[in-house]
This record gives sequence, C-alpha cells and structure tokens, in this order.
Amino acid sequence: MAAVTTYREALRATLMEEMDRNPAVVLLGEDIGVYQGTFRITADFLSRYGPRRVIDTPISELGFIGAAIGMAMLGLRPVVEVMTWNFSLLAADQILNNAAKLRYFSGGQVEVPLVIRGPNGAGVQLSAQHSQSLEAVYAHFPGLQVALPATPADVRGLLLTALRGQDPVIFLENAALYGVKGEVPDGDAAIPFGRAEVMRGGRDVTLIAYSRMVHLALAAAEHLAREGVEAEVINLRTLRPLDGETVIHSVRRTHRAVVVQEQWKPFGAAAEIAALISEEAFDLLDAPVERVTGADVPMPYARNLELLALPHERDIVAAARRTLYRQ
Amino acid sequence: MAEVIMPKMGDAMTEGKVLRWIKQQGEAVQVGEALAEIETDKVNVELPADEAGVLAQILVPEGQTVPVGQPIAIIARPGEAAGEAPSAPERPLAAAAPPAPTRAAPKEAPQRVPPEERIKASPLARRLAREHGIDLAEVQGTGPEGRITKEDVEAHLARRAAAAPAPAAPAPIPAAVPPVTEEVPLSRMRRTIARRMSESKQQAPHFYVTVEIRMDEALSVRRQLNEALGDKVVSVNDLIMRAAALALRAYPNLNASFSGEAIRRHGEVHLGFALALPEGLIVPVIRHCDRKGVVEIAREAADLAERARQGRLRPEELQDATFTVSNLGMFEVESFTAIINPPQAAILALGSAQPRPVAEGATVRVAHVMKATLSADHRVTDGAEAARYLGEVRRLLENPVLLVADLSAGEAPPLRRRDNT
Repeated sequence: MAAVTTYREALRATLMEEMDRNPAVVLLGEDIGVYQGTFRITADFLSRYGPRRVIDTPISELGFIGAAIGMAMLGLRPVVEVMTWNFSLLAADQILNNAAKLRYFSGGQVEVPLVIRGPNGAGVQLSAQHSQSLEAVYAHFPGLQVALPATPADVRGLLLTALRGQDPVIFLENAALYGVKGEVPDGDAAIPFGRAEVMRGGRDVTLIAYSRMVHLALAAAEHLAREGVEAEVINLRTLRPLDGETVIHSVRRTHRAVVVQEQWKPFGAAAEIAALISEEAFDLLDAPVERVTGADVPMPYARNLELLALPHERDIVAAARRTLYRQ
Repeated sequence: MAEVIMPKMGDAMTEGKVLRWIKQQGEAVQVGEALAEIETDKVNVELPADEAGVLAQILVPEGQTVPVGQPIAIIARPGEAAGEAPSAPERPLAAAAPPAPTRAAPKEAPQRVPPEERIKASPLARRLAREHGIDLAEVQGTGPEGRITKEDVEAHLARRAAAAPAPAAPAPIPAAVPPVTEEVPLSRMRRTIARRMSESKQQAPHFYVTVEIRMDEALSVRRQLNEALGDKVVSVNDLIMRAAALALRAYPNLNASFSGEAIRRHGEVHLGFALALPEGLIVPVIRHCDRKGVVEIAREAADLAERARQGRLRPEELQDATFTVSNLGMFEVESFTAIINPPQAAILALGSAQPRPVAEGATVRVAHVMKATLSADHRVTDGAEAARYLGEVRRLLENPVLLVADLSAGEAPPLRRRDNT
C-alpha cells in the first residue's frame, strides 16, 4: 500500500517515525520549536518530544552545528535544520573541516552521524543571498554525503538512510517542492545513497536532473514526446555518492545527454556529470553533452528577472533538440 | 569588396545549402562565371558571380545551409587590396585595417590540418564507420558545420546496402548491414514533397473523375511523326501534354488556383510534368504549352528531363506551372489518382495504353485503352466541368490530327467550349 502525501508531510512523518523508534535522534535549529519551524516541518514536535529533543538554538550556525557535531561524536543522532542552506556558510568550517574529516582524522575511531537539512536553491523572491544552490560546494568534499530528494518518496527513502547511516549527510530540500504530492511506499522504504531512479524511459536522449529540476525534465520529456522524441529522465537523488552507472547505462543507449541544474553553469554538478559521460561513454556519444543551468548572475529580486535566471522547461527541450540535430 | 549572398531563387525559398565551391579562395572570377553550386528546395543551381575580381573569402563552407540573404563569400574587385594579395586570402578584410595586435590572433590561426581535410564527426559516428569499414570522407554530414552524425552513417550504410550488387555476387564482408529498421534523414526534396503534399491533401478537397481514352490513333500519329523526323523525338506523353494544354483553354477553371478569396484563372497555360528522379519527384514546366506544337513540346520536355537528371535546372524552370500532368504509363500502371500540386486546381494522372477488348456495335475488337484520372479541387471546380474537360482531352487524343494541326497560331482560339454538350 502506498499513500499519497506531500513532500513536507513525508519529511515530518519520517522524522517522527525515527524519533519514535530511536531515542538518540534529536532536533536542533532556529525557530524549530516554539515557532514550529519556518517552513512548518517541525510543527508540534516540541509538544510531542519536549525541549530536550527539540532544541531551539540561538542565531549562530557556527555554534549549533558545532554542538551537533559534538553530540554526534558522543552517540546522539542530531538532525540540524538550517533555515536555508545559505546560512550553512556561517558554519562552513565546522561542516567541511570537522564533520567531513573526523572519521578520517581518527583512523575510523570517531563517527559523525549527523544530518543537516533545510531548503536549498531559489525560492520566490528571496534575492541573491538566499537563493543559492550549494550542492556542488558540498559534493566537492570527501567525507560528506549529499542527498537531494525530488519527490515525497525520495524524501522518505533518503531521510531514512540518512538517519541510519554513520556519516554526515547534507540533506538538501527544495522549498518549492514542500507542497508537491506523490506516492510514498509504506514499510521500510529506505533508498540507498548512490542509486538514481529512471523516472521515465526513452531511447532518444537522456535528461539527467535532481531535486526540482527533475520535475522540469519530466515536463520537457512530455513536450518532446509530442514531437516524437522519447527522452529518458534520470533522477539522481544523491550527488555524492553519484550513480554514474545508471547515467552511463542510459547514455550508451540514447547516445545523447542533457544535464540540468539550477546552479550557475561554471564548475557545477552538470560539468561533473558531463565529464563523467565523456570519460565513460565517449565513443557512444552522437552529440556534445548539453548543460541546462541557471544564468551566471547573482539571483535578481525582481520576479520577472528571477524567472529568467532560472532554467525553464523550454531550455531543456531546446537542448535536447540540439543533441538530436533538430531545430 | 562585394558580398556574394545566398540568393532567393523562388518564392518559397528561405534557405539554401552551399553544395560545392566551384571557385576557390584567391581565384579570379568573371561576371557570370559560376562561383558555387547551391542546393535549393528542389534543384541544384550554379551561382554566377555578379562582380568581376578575385574570390577573396569563402564565408560558408561546403555542406552548410544558410538563410537567404546571408553573405556566403566576398569578391574583391580589381584594384582592391585582396585582389593584389590573393596569397593571403584568409584575412582579406584586415587588409584595409591597421594590422591587428599579435595577441588578438584570429582564432583559426594555429590550424595545422587544412579545413577541407579535417572531417567533423561525432564519436559515435566514427565508431560506427570504423565497425562497418566506411571511409568518413564518403559520408555527407548533416550536423553543425557538416558534422557527421550517427544518422548520417546509417543513411550511408542504407544507401550502400541499396546499391550493393545482386546476391549472385557475394558482397565483401564489411557490407553486411544488420537487418535493423533504419531512420533515413529527410532530404530537402523529400521534406518539401512531404510538406506540400500534406498541405494539398489537408486543404484542397480533392475529387476524381476517370475516363478511358482509345489511344490507337495517337500511337499511330506518334509513330508517323517519329518516322518523319527520323528519330524517337515524340513520346505519347508529349501528345498527352499537348492535348491537356489545348483543352485547358476551354476550361479556365481547371487552369486556375484558389486564393481563399477568389479563383485566379491564369491567362497562360504553363504545363508542369511530373518527373521521377532517384532522390524524389520534380515537376519541370513547359511555358505556354498550349501555343507550342507537339515537336516543340517534345524537344523541350526531353531537354528539361535531361537537365533535371543532371541537377542543372534553373529555378524558374520549376515555377509557375498552372496545371500538372503525371504519367505512370511507362510502369504499366492501369490507373492512379494524383495529389494536386498546390496552388494549382487540378492534376491529370495517366496510366498506360493497354490492349483491351472493346465492344463496337455488335463486335468486339482489341483497342489500346488508356485511363486518365483528373484530380480536381472542389473549391474551384465541379464534377461536370471536370468531366467535360476530360471529354475534350479524349476527343483530342482520339482525333490526333487536331494535335498536330497548327491550331495554336491563330488569333481566335479554334477550340471553343461547347456548353450545350
């Protein structure tokens, strides 16, 4: 039996389930308790689990993420909410130099089973400093795992794996997806990291995406189908580890690939994936790998400019056509 | 300096492909001399130079398609800088300007392999070519800047398979093509045919009228004419074209086009005849066909057909037809229905003249009977008019003396519509 629920509900239900099951799970973050959470992910959690397990923190990412790392080292399983991932930059040293490296530094004696979660990417008119996509930054560092759920089922499956693993997980949600509905399987539906999902089969071109861009890619595939182009859509689900095998397997059949990301183009996830395809499937490519990305500017505040700066379904359709030498 | 632009050859032409440069960079050209061969929707034409001088720069490589009006080359007139220094043709525009700083070298500068030797192909296309033993130089690339793609290699393989020798002589091993479904990219001509024929069938409500025509007399006249001329000059189709054109004078609604608001009855009879080429269908036009004699029509048709096969027709030789004749008689076809070639109002489809038993009074004898089917646009004309027109075509072909008589020179049309019949 699978129930239809929202991305937000899937987050709430999975957190509750693991808090009920495992008393070591504690939540930390700004306004997650009394205020019920900026995006209401943790509404009613304080009354249900009490202030020892649902901790409202001061406005100091460096402080509370550092504290959470200490908790994780000593046996708790903290889940930190960042109001947006942009604020995680304040704690970059804790995340990149401590959380990511402690297992390595200690020769495997110390683990940091920490989940940091919150919305990543552009919202609606949150302006330049609150609209960034940081997945490529975090996926760059060994020692971190980077998950980007696109659907409610992804949320539940990836969060279960994050909450049961032994390494720090960068869990990048998307505010525009909190209301998106989808089927969530019952039972233990943990999705292993590094396993992409083929959301739609096709033989002509492979569209590779993650997070909100998966929905754009699916819409583009629908559009392309009306032109007689069968696009395969891959939802990567995690960038680190990256499921290169599913990508390459698909491109070997379609001979064409379009990688979609919300980030700026230079040095992004799409560049990494395009390079991987060149390395693993060069002789099977019939066209250069196309990238569809956000515009290379700080996010504008004006709504019309913001929309122009974000990838659009038609950009994906156009890129797919280019790989097929159709205009 | 004079720019050579992609010319507009025909109303429907929006872009053209440079098939081949006949003149090379640095070569002298005279006015009217062919510079390049251009592929349009239907024909390949030679592009003559409008200016004399030196072909200073080729801007569009062979195989590339560009919009009408885009410069494709530059001619330096006599006395201009590039004309004096044809040995440095790659920078003709810089000649008049101060030398560029060395750091801003043209991006093509460090090229080691001459451009014409470097074959652009996708990695997959290279791999397929390698696996099938194909020389990429033989493959026509359709991608950007002539890049050879998977589809191009597959199309090449399909053509090679089609051209392979009969099974009696076993083909060499690399010619083995797996029996897979091939996607053959649309040629420009195929694309045009697809578009125009779909438009016609969707927009013009076709109706069809068929008559049988006894061709014994016409065949006999043809034989006599050719004996008199000492050669096989006149074909059955030439007689049919003459008949179709003469009959159109009396039925102007069939020599017309539908504009949406009005019916345009053309003052002249320009007869198109469908001609099958290996790459598709083409319709050369015999202008003022109703005013030309059978032999003149025959010579003109033969010349047009021969040059069509060589790809040497001029665009205007494919334009302005007011009516079309399509003959599949040479394939022993009994009858067929053709699709109207828009914006024309009708097309005449002819089968072969086959010996058949026909009743004549109480006796049966063998006659050569040809079925002629007119497809007409019901927006323009009706069945009765189509039937009368076909009746006139039949009358002319069954009384072929009317076709060879000099009936076209007179002022008054000798053939009048007989509305009371």
